Amino acid sequence: MEIHRFEKLWGLVSVLLIVGFITTIAYGAVFVGVEMVDASGGQIQADELNQHPQFSDPGVYQTGPNSYDVYIVAEQFQFRPGTQSPLRLPADSEITFYVTSADVTHGFNVVGTNVNTMAIPGQIAKLPVTFNEPGTYGIVCHEYCGAAHHEMAGSIVVVPPSQYDGPSGNTSVVAAPGDLGAVGVGK
Amino acid sequence: MTFIDDYPHEAKLVRYCFAVAFAALGVGGLLGLVQALHRTGVLRIIDSSDYYTVLTAHGVLLALVFTTFFIAGLFRWAVTRSLERGVVSQRYSWLWFGTLLTGTILAAVPILAGFFPNVPMSADVLFTFYPPLQAHPVFYVGAVLLIVGSWLAGADYFRSFAGWRRENPDERIPLQTFMVLTTMLMWYLATIGVAAEVLFFLIPWSLGLIQTVDPLLSRTLFWFFGHPVVYFWLLPAYLVWYTILPKLSGGRLLSDPLARIVFVLFLLLSTPVGFHHQYVDPGIPSGYKFVAMVNTMFLLLPSLLTAFTVVASMEHGARQRGGKGRLNWLRALPWDNPAFVGCALAGLMFAAGGFSGMINAGMNINYLIHNTLWIPGHFHLTVGTAAALTYMAVTYWLLPQLTGKELALKKWALVQPYLWFVGMTLMSNAMHRGGLAGIPRRTAEPQYDQVSFDAVVGSVSEMRLQIALGGTLLFVSLVLFLAVLVATWLGPRVEQISVNSAIPEPLSGSDHAPLVLDNLRLWAAIAVLLVIIAYGIPIWSMLADGPFAPGSPPFPV
Repeated sequence: MEIHRFEKLWGLVSVLLIVGFITTIAYGAVFVGVEMVDASGGQIQADELNQHPQFSDPGVYQTGPNSYDVYIVAEQFQFRPGTQSPLRLPADSEITFYVTSADVTHGFNVVGTNVNTMAIPGQIAKLPVTFNEPGTYGIVCHEYCGAAHHEMAGSIVVVPPSQYDGPSGNTSVVAAPGDLGAVGVGK
Repeated sequence: MTFIDDYPHEAKLVRYCFAVAFAALGVGGLLGLVQALHRTGVLRIIDSSDYYTVLTAHGVLLALVFTTFFIAGLFRWAVTRSLERGVVSQRYSWLWFGTLLTGTILAAVPILAGFFPNVPMSADVLFTFYPPLQAHPVFYVGAVLLIVGSWLAGADYFRSFAGWRRENPDERIPLQTFMVLTTMLMWYLATIGVAAEVLFFLIPWSLGLIQTVDPLLSRTLFWFFGHPVVYFWLLPAYLVWYTILPKLSGGRLLSDPLARIVFVLFLLLSTPVGFHHQYVDPGIPSGYKFVAMVNTMFLLLPSLLTAFTVVASMEHGARQRGGKGRLNWLRALPWDNPAFVGCALAGLMFAAGGFSGMINAGMNINYLIHNTLWIPGHFHLTVGTAAALTYMAVTYWLLPQLTGKELALKKWALVQPYLWFVGMTLMSNAMHRGGLAGIPRRTAEPQYDQVSFDAVVGSVSEMRLQIALGGTLLFVSLVLFLAVLVATWLGPRVEQISVNSAIPEPLSGSDHAPLVLDNLRLWAAIAVLLVIIAYGIPIWSMLADGPFAPGSPPFPV
């Protein structure tokens, strides 16, 4: 088969480009430690969140001197916690988000950051994060979840570690009465 | 001779397909304008809660109805022309057309019923219809019939080919037919996913025969189909760029064997990549995501090879027309022929769309842009321009051959692709930048109380303006196109039209192509094997814990 000289050259450069892309991403995954959201968060029945030790009372749980697990329930049309009052977190700490859905598929994106996952009923998304800069961060639901999808947002206030007064007070945020049925609380 | 005189039945069939396709394009495009003005806050004629009804109709009419009907018609023309053979059975060809049309009507009725609160029917599930959001059962039945209709249409092309093969046992498959058949093989393989999702899970679930579905399994089956479907939209544009654009440029295709290799690569690699739409889905081990990424990156190869061949063929044409110099040959191209201009600008925009697609494909870079406005910014360049503008452009060339009438309103036709290009440049660049600022896709509201979006380049209000203006120009361009279409259709029959379907032989013809390239069974088998490697274990493990678990009950919308 006859392949033109320039065509061969172009094909070769194309293959090098592709291999280069794959290499940079493999490098990011292996050496820089950019992990993908994967199956390590485990599974959960969406209508049995009230039987889960943390999702039944979602919020911040301290797991070490400088590390915190943050459990967030996404449901039509709010994040618990996050929507009704901001989620307070310390900067420069090892935060692990655990996000799941109580009803339909939602999205969870901390705007302007790489914290971005789907909240799929039945699955728990696990995302390790460190916030380096104090400030207020917005959260948006980025997957269509029903007629009031565009109202589903929240915020995170990241404070310097010295000003962080611990997770108490974050976990007591409750859903509005009309939303209780979806998570099965009080049934 | 004109196509309509040689093949009156096929010409009528293709005309009917195009009529439905462009009617869907008109309605879907109008809804797109409503969205562009609503979500930028420029003009609001609907409630924000109805935005998702509009969005569902826009997605289904454009991504599923417009494309499928146009492709069914274009492929029927290409097979007929290149084999010099019509359909085997006229009744059978109306059967697949009728199936497609029935599917369209059934899917459209519950979507449009969403505008009327007193009609107990709705399907505000967007064109991805992720459960546990639930549509009316009729919507799912319509979706299945659209798929089944496309399968039946594919069998129509294969039947013509089988007849041709019996009479020409030793000939190479003509290039256009080769492209149609490899695309349809890819399509048969890809649609297994969505057909299984809808038939085994969503229809029984929407009828109440099963209580729950597994949302992650459903997503996975959807995206098994959801990426190859974009190649189902794109490969017909490639068929046009490889076989018709060189002629419109004044020359001929550079290499037939390379074109065959490109289509074989698409058959092999289009399907085992769907997990790249699920990079940030929980419940899927990252190894499978990595495999999908490697396959996706290699899918760049056939598109990069196409970029070379198409540009080189255009240059060859320009030089035949007297073009000189290193870049000055560009001036010699027929920039006053709307069919050429549409194809060339579509190809140029596809290059830009390809670059943003490389970002999407990067597994970890994807975190930055997943489900942001970047994504529709990207696919309005690919399906919304590379495919849609090429379909419109080739219609300027094809419709006279299908009707025996000269193209009407030629000046409008010439303005149309340029206007589309400008409109899409405005809209798409702003959508890409909006995505980088974190603005989500699929939302009715430009701003949120608790969130501020900080633009990396430009400002958010300037982006909104560009999106609204771009969307408006695109709609005006669409109206021009439809006007040309209708005026041509209603025009008088002429004795001899000024275009014909003859396509010059490639510079390097099919006799240079290795015989193995025409072994469709071999390539189909390898494609199946690659899909089993990419999807076998993950789908098996999702089924192993019970096909309906972890289960979700329905949430009707």
